[in-house]
Amino acid sequence: MRDWLIYRTFWDLTVTGVALGSIYALVALGYTLVYGVLRLINFAHSEIFMIGTFASLITATNVLGLPMLEAGQYPYRTGFQLVLILLACLLGSMVLSGAGAVALERAAYRPLRGSGDQFGAVVLAFVSAFVVGLIFFDTPKSNLIFGIIGTGPIAWMYLNIFRRGRQAPRLAFLISAIGASTAITEAVAIWGPRDREQYQTPRVLEKKTLFKLFGTDIRIDYVIVIIGALLMMTALLLFVNRTRLGRGVRAVAQDVETAKILGVNVDFVILITFLLGGVMAGGAAMMFTLVYDQSKFNIGFLLGVKSFTAAVLGGIGNLKGALLGGLVLGLSENYGSALFGGQWKDVIAFVLLLVVLMFRPTGLLGESLAKARV
Amino acid sequence: MSLSESLRSVTSGARSVSRLGEALGKQSRSVRWSFGAICILALYLLPWWPNVPVLGWIVETPGTSFPSVLTDQVVIFVLVALGLNVVVGLAGLLDLGYVGFYAVGAYTVAILSSQHANLPWLLCMPIAVLVSMLAGVILGTPTLRLRGDYLAIVTLGFGEIIRITANNMHWLGDSRGISKIATPPSIGPLKFTVLDAKPYFFLGLTTILIVIFLLRRLENSRVGRSWNAIREDEDAAELMGVDTFKFKLWAFAIGAAIGGLAGSLYAGKVQFINPSNFPLQLSILFLAAVVLGGAGNMWGAVVGGALVAWMPERFRGFADKRVFVFGVALVLVMVFRPQGLIPRKIRKERWLESWKPSTETALGHKE
Amino acid sequence: MKKSTLLRVSAIAVSLAFVTAACGSDSEGSVSEDTVVTEDTAAAVVDGVTCEGVSIAFFGALSGDAGNLGKNIRAGADLAVSEFNTANPDCQVGLVDFDSQGDPAQAPALAQKAIDDAGILGIVGPAFSGESKAANPLFDAAGLAIITPSATNADLNDNNWKVFHRALAGDDKQGPAIASYISKTLAAAKVGIIDDASEYGKGLADIVKTTLGDAVVASDSIDPKAADFSAAVSKMKEAAPDAIFYGGYYAEAGKLAKQLRDAGVTATLVFGDGVKDNGFIEAAGPAADGSIITCTCADGASNAEFAAAYTAKFPGETPQTYGAEAYDAAKAFLAAIAAGKTDRAGVLEFLVTYDAAGVTKQIKWDETGEVAGNAVYAYKVEAGVISVVGLIE
Repeated sequence: MRDWLIYRTFWDLTVTGVALGSIYALVALGYTLVYGVLRLINFAHSEIFMIGTFASLITATNVLGLPMLEAGQYPYRTGFQLVLILLACLLGSMVLSGAGAVALERAAYRPLRGSGDQFGAVVLAFVSAFVVGLIFFDTPKSNLIFGIIGTGPIAWMYLNIFRRGRQAPRLAFLISAIGASTAITEAVAIWGPRDREQYQTPRVLEKKTLFKLFGTDIRIDYVIVIIGALLMMTALLLFVNRTRLGRGVRAVAQDVETAKILGVNVDFVILITFLLGGVMAGGAAMMFTLVYDQSKFNIGFLLGVKSFTAAVLGGIGNLKGALLGGLVLGLSENYGSALFGGQWKDVIAFVLLLVVLMFRPTGLLGESLAKARV
Repeated sequence: MSLSESLRSVTSGARSVSRLGEALGKQSRSVRWSFGAICILALYLLPWWPNVPVLGWIVETPGTSFPSVLTDQVVIFVLVALGLNVVVGLAGLLDLGYVGFYAVGAYTVAILSSQHANLPWLLCMPIAVLVSMLAGVILGTPTLRLRGDYLAIVTLGFGEIIRITANNMHWLGDSRGISKIATPPSIGPLKFTVLDAKPYFFLGLTTILIVIFLLRRLENSRVGRSWNAIREDEDAAELMGVDTFKFKLWAFAIGAAIGGLAGSLYAGKVQFINPSNFPLQLSILFLAAVVLGGAGNMWGAVVGGALVAWMPERFRGFADKRVFVFGVALVLVMVFRPQGLIPRKIRKERWLESWKPSTETALGHKE
Repeated sequence: MKKSTLLRVSAIAVSLAFVTAACGSDSEGSVSEDTVVTEDTAAAVVDGVTCEGVSIAFFGALSGDAGNLGKNIRAGADLAVSEFNTANPDCQVGLVDFDSQGDPAQAPALAQKAIDDAGILGIVGPAFSGESKAANPLFDAAGLAIITPSATNADLNDNNWKVFHRALAGDDKQGPAIASYISKTLAAAKVGIIDDASEYGKGLADIVKTTLGDAVVASDSIDPKAADFSAAVSKMKEAAPDAIFYGGYYAEAGKLAKQLRDAGVTATLVFGDGVKDNGFIEAAGPAADGSIITCTCADGASNAEFAAAYTAKFPGETPQTYGAEAYDAAKAFLAAIAAGKTDRAGVLEFLVTYDAAGVTKQIKWDETGEVAGNAVYAYKVEAGVISVVGLIE
């Protein structure tokens, strides 16, 4: 078995590793942004990614009406039509993921920061009423109706008992995140049309080889992923460093109290941070479906863990660190799998993380959202 | 009585429990002792609770065997929550890979009593505890210098490394797992057979009580106070001369040992383990148990562990939906009771009495 | 004050609601007594046997990741039970569910519950090998007969469990058959082997690998939870084998087939019984075409009588993988009940000499609980349909 020397597949592994690494990096940005501002591991970020893959699926099939197969073959599209479809999917993923991230922030985190508002109360109340409804009804529809009716009074009650002005301990945020993550995943698994089965997304892009590099086929889907990820990251860096809002994000990351005194609307900045993370995850999700044509209720979990590893590897809170961490992780996973066998993939990732942290306790580039410069 | 206050008193039954505790504290020693004895006796009778009219209807687990749930799930979760509480609640170290130590304990027993040797369980158990403790030290020595969330991801990785290694190494039984693990030896009328879960429960409960007793001693000792100081403000504690690394390593090792103990009990009861018994999600459930109950409070950990283990079995009727309900419940509890169901009491005055005056600043730091 | 009273009342109402939920959950584990009339009257007719409170049980995943497979199995058993009940109005047998979610950690407590219920005379299950190892020692100690319709792991039969029976051949029969199919029928000189590092997948892949010997030019494992298998795909692309065998389940097989084809690998893909599911076709799309799937299970849909009865009971559905085996397993227990065996020892004894034609094959067991015969069937995917090719020599 050991005769499969890595050099024979080296460039193959490099291309796929960079492509997967780019997806890791985009998701890692979400972890790093939120961590930089709130010092919180947004455990539910992986579900934002999962929502993005489903948004892409819904856009392609329900909105654009693409079939899964046409006469037994993939529904390939070309030219302008293809570009439009891809852009529509990207937009759908970004919007839904962004919205999901914002809703998550306001319902599951904001009340814990002691500034719970109507939005959070309504979402929490609806979910509570829905859960109570599960007791009485068996059909999702009557459950929904019960949930909507119950929302009003429960939301009013919740608004009254929100612990205003009292910051919860950090662990509470983490558990709330875990709870939200579990609930979102399970909701998709229970009420999704295919339950816990895998979903397919229509494949519109024919995976043609564009050119050969060092004897390796460079496929178009990998090129799109790598270039797309670089573009999105550049846009994010420009936003954080060059705009007024971006300055606000950096200010809050540096010192919440001072930023507050200087008139920064901290809650709004946090919202923007989640939105940015969600949009990046949405982009990653669309690219993911482009390469792998699939989704599943629990698709985010492992990818989220890996992306978080990438964020820590690069230096959590550091935007460029997320990119570097993602690429390093994607590549080393691929090389490592080729050397030791695919079953050791995750072990390789975590051992790498351990070794890096031994020598650089704050990751490869160190943590510094506040000081990020282009 | 304001509106919000009255509501909070309705939603939190736990508060009345702590009031009961305060009331008891004022009673004479003999009253306290007899109350404790009655409680412990009631706990030992737990497997029969489903036969009591109203109470039984509340606690029973329809669809699955109640005594088996007690031994396979509740006892294990309570023990694990106690151990993890030392790491997370007392020393403030976020451990997302605690299942790794649990697995090390279970696998040590499995290897020594079935896979590669035929040692009796009674001998394997202390070895398992020691090996887990060693694993804690080995993992802790390089990683405890990291702070906060870096530690979280590294421990998470450790848990996965243990599981994947067990899954892929023939010597560890790979994905087929290890069966025919030795059971504890029979003591008099306590016969550890396959079909009777109760003896295992008595063994587990006794272990829990011993662990609680030892942990209480530890909490009130110099070690426990150092943990408090580290959790509240590590820099300040370091400044005041607390050897933070040493005490963090102690917390890690003791936590790991208790995790290993739980693992050895589990292996002895079920007699079959395989890597899918130790998924990453279990670590997260363990952590949820500790924080749900109230991190830093031993009784909170006990209640949290028992609830997290028992609730999904009690509400089997929800079938597919119970995990969803569990997730929602976690969010709601954290939003409205962020300190957990039974929060840690900050007994500042008592600490100050027994603590060197120079550390007052470290302790004055409220969370 | 008035307001707070109102709120208190509503809070109590909410808690009451939870209590009601607890009540409702009691129905779990209760007996389902379907009385769907089917035209099939093959079920045995009982004379003068009282079967008050007698039932058989399904043990396996009904929820969780593997829930679909369990539902297929339960449906087969359910069909057998309702046919029996229709034919015997005086002897109504129940079917009790034990939903293990395929999790070996939950299995012992559920097994204990099944054992505590004295009315349960036999278990159709446990469905998977892992939970079998956790639960079977309990069933064995209690003398409660089990017939698993799906756990094919090779070493399940050497535990000296006297209650253990299998309604289909194990992987020790399937592995060599796969190897022989690859080397003889496909005439592949170079073979690549991939597994998912699971008990089932790796176990089967290892048997195939050992049997094929030197013909194996590349092998790798994948992490089934991951989405990207590019390291394994690169390896196969480099080795350029004539055939690739993958040991694992259908969802990953679909993803893997797609990624192999995308990378330009043209080898014939061969899979074991865990891939025989329409989910594979859905996941792989056109990449599935030409794949070979082997299974020790018979094609339930090809038995017209069984398929018709199945569709009559579950409108719009056809028998899925292991459904026919579960039907045969339940039939064996029902025959024991019809013969007047209404205690566990009697049922266990009855199974020793049981010898009857089942939907899938002639059902009779040797002393280790293995079903007689070692039929392994080959199936081929053509234009998105899995159809049977025939028996493998």
